[in-house]
Amino acid sequence: MDKSFKITSKNLNFFYGNFQALHDISLDFYERQVTALIGPSGCGKSTFLRCLNRMNDLIPRTRVEGEIMIEDQDVYASSLDVVMLRRRVGMVFQKPNPFPKSIYDNVAYGLIVNGIKDKAYVAQRVEESIKQAALWDEVKDRLHKSALGLSGGQQQRLCIARALAIKPEVVLMDEPASALDPLATQKIEELIHNLKELYTIIIVTHNMQQAARVSDITAFFYIGKLIETGDTDTIFTRPKLKQTEDYITGRFG
Amino acid sequence: MAVISGNNLGTRTAHKQADIRDPAQSVSGSHRRKIFQTLAFILFRAAAIINGIALFIIVYFMVAKGWRAITWTFLTQPPMDSMTKGGILPCIVGTLCLSIGAIITAMPVGIASAVYLNEYARPGLTLRFIRLGINNLAGVPSVVFGLFGLAFFVVILKMGVSITAGALTLGAMSLPVIIGATEEALKAVPDTYREASLGLGATKWQTIRKVVLPSAMPGILTGAILGISRAAGETAPIMFTGAVFFTPILPTSIFDEVMALPYHIYVLATAGTQIEATRHLQYGTSLVLIALVLGMNLIAIIYRSRLRRRMQ
Repeated sequence: MDKSFKITSKNLNFFYGNFQALHDISLDFYERQVTALIGPSGCGKSTFLRCLNRMNDLIPRTRVEGEIMIEDQDVYASSLDVVMLRRRVGMVFQKPNPFPKSIYDNVAYGLIVNGIKDKAYVAQRVEESIKQAALWDEVKDRLHKSALGLSGGQQQRLCIARALAIKPEVVLMDEPASALDPLATQKIEELIHNLKELYTIIIVTHNMQQAARVSDITAFFYIGKLIETGDTDTIFTRPKLKQTEDYITGRFG
Repeated sequence: MAVISGNNLGTRTAHKQADIRDPAQSVSGSHRRKIFQTLAFILFRAAAIINGIALFIIVYFMVAKGWRAITWTFLTQPPMDSMTKGGILPCIVGTLCLSIGAIITAMPVGIASAVYLNEYARPGLTLRFIRLGINNLAGVPSVVFGLFGLAFFVVILKMGVSITAGALTLGAMSLPVIIGATEEALKAVPDTYREASLGLGATKWQTIRKVVLPSAMPGILTGAILGISRAAGETAPIMFTGAVFFTPILPTSIFDEVMALPYHIYVLATAGTQIEATRHLQYGTSLVLIALVLGMNLIAIIYRSRLRRRMQ
């Protein structure tokens, strides 16, 4: 691989109070690739994902040890502005969570809170982002209607558009399709495939087929440890470890 | 004893010795359970109905005894002839001024406190201390608030008996209710909204101002107005701080003293020279007060449903 690393994590430990949720995770993410984090429930994959944009800061009594670098920026440096970090590292959540505002205002939100006042630019970014999220044709006539009137799949694509509007470098997706029906899931997967031209994408998923379909790299987590990582093809066809093979073939998890 | 169907679960303890598969037992068991269920249902329903009846009886008495007093003169004139004739306009205006003043002063403080407690404060000794304070404030009798207002607003802050002092006293009394309602409304805002906003690079304050507060606003407004309308009917907090026995003129500044509906009722019913002869005026005034309070609640409810609809 001659591609460069976008994010590197070195010996990352994470604690909820006294409970250690992540053990010594060292994992690198390539630029403009899709990396899937897989593993059974409670294995720490979501926790790890939320370390990357410091979303876990919101949970009281949590602690991080180790290092995460985005390019040459230390994510957990005391000098780092979390707000700036989250502009670079966007996030899409498990359940679609549009604000109770209009479709337009949802996508414009990130731009406005980041201090962009140029209305023409905001309008242009909103349109571009919704188009990028493959939602434009469905909503272009109702941009000023409430986002809560959209279907679940549309809402999730709107949330992706919202995340893209501020031009992040990395997009974290925490089981983005787990609350959606197969058709909506397929649309999200196609979208992820197109988005990797521009973004570094890290996706947590419970769905093995989904990981196989959308990702270039797969990392398998089990009880807070990173068990195996590699090219998705290799992981799914010739895993090195028996544990990985057992999980992938559905023998546990 | 291996087969235990849902039907005879209830008879198991009562008839330990009996064969639980005996069809007769099973039938009587299910019969008894049905009776218990019906009884409980009737009791709970009765309890709920009592509430409705109480409101109905109150309103009925006010209307039956007071409606004759409600005339155009009654609503638009000051009291005359030692308050045995004329109207109650100064009282209506006074109570409105006091209530609006209480809303203006108490809502910002109450909402700000609740935002601090719910969004910013870290669990710890300080938070527990503040909560203890608020909970105890809710239990302080209204007459104590009246004395506090007299000592603090009227005397120490030299506001005199005035709309300002009365409104601040009513506001202080409503604070625990406003804080409680606001906290409930804030808790009802899904955390996913907060996460989405923070995830987009919004600061905590932007998140609160642009996402959390707008979503919580319908609940906050309803709670706050219910709290104030409750306080608006109180006599004790305003009798030393804002309301006076009699003044025929309407207030022209926030430092004027006013008449107020609850205090006027109290005066007519206890301190007048012709208590019996003014009964219909007492009921009429009560009717106006109730209408005013229910009206405020109605406005709150309409406003809330409007805000909700705009969000859908």
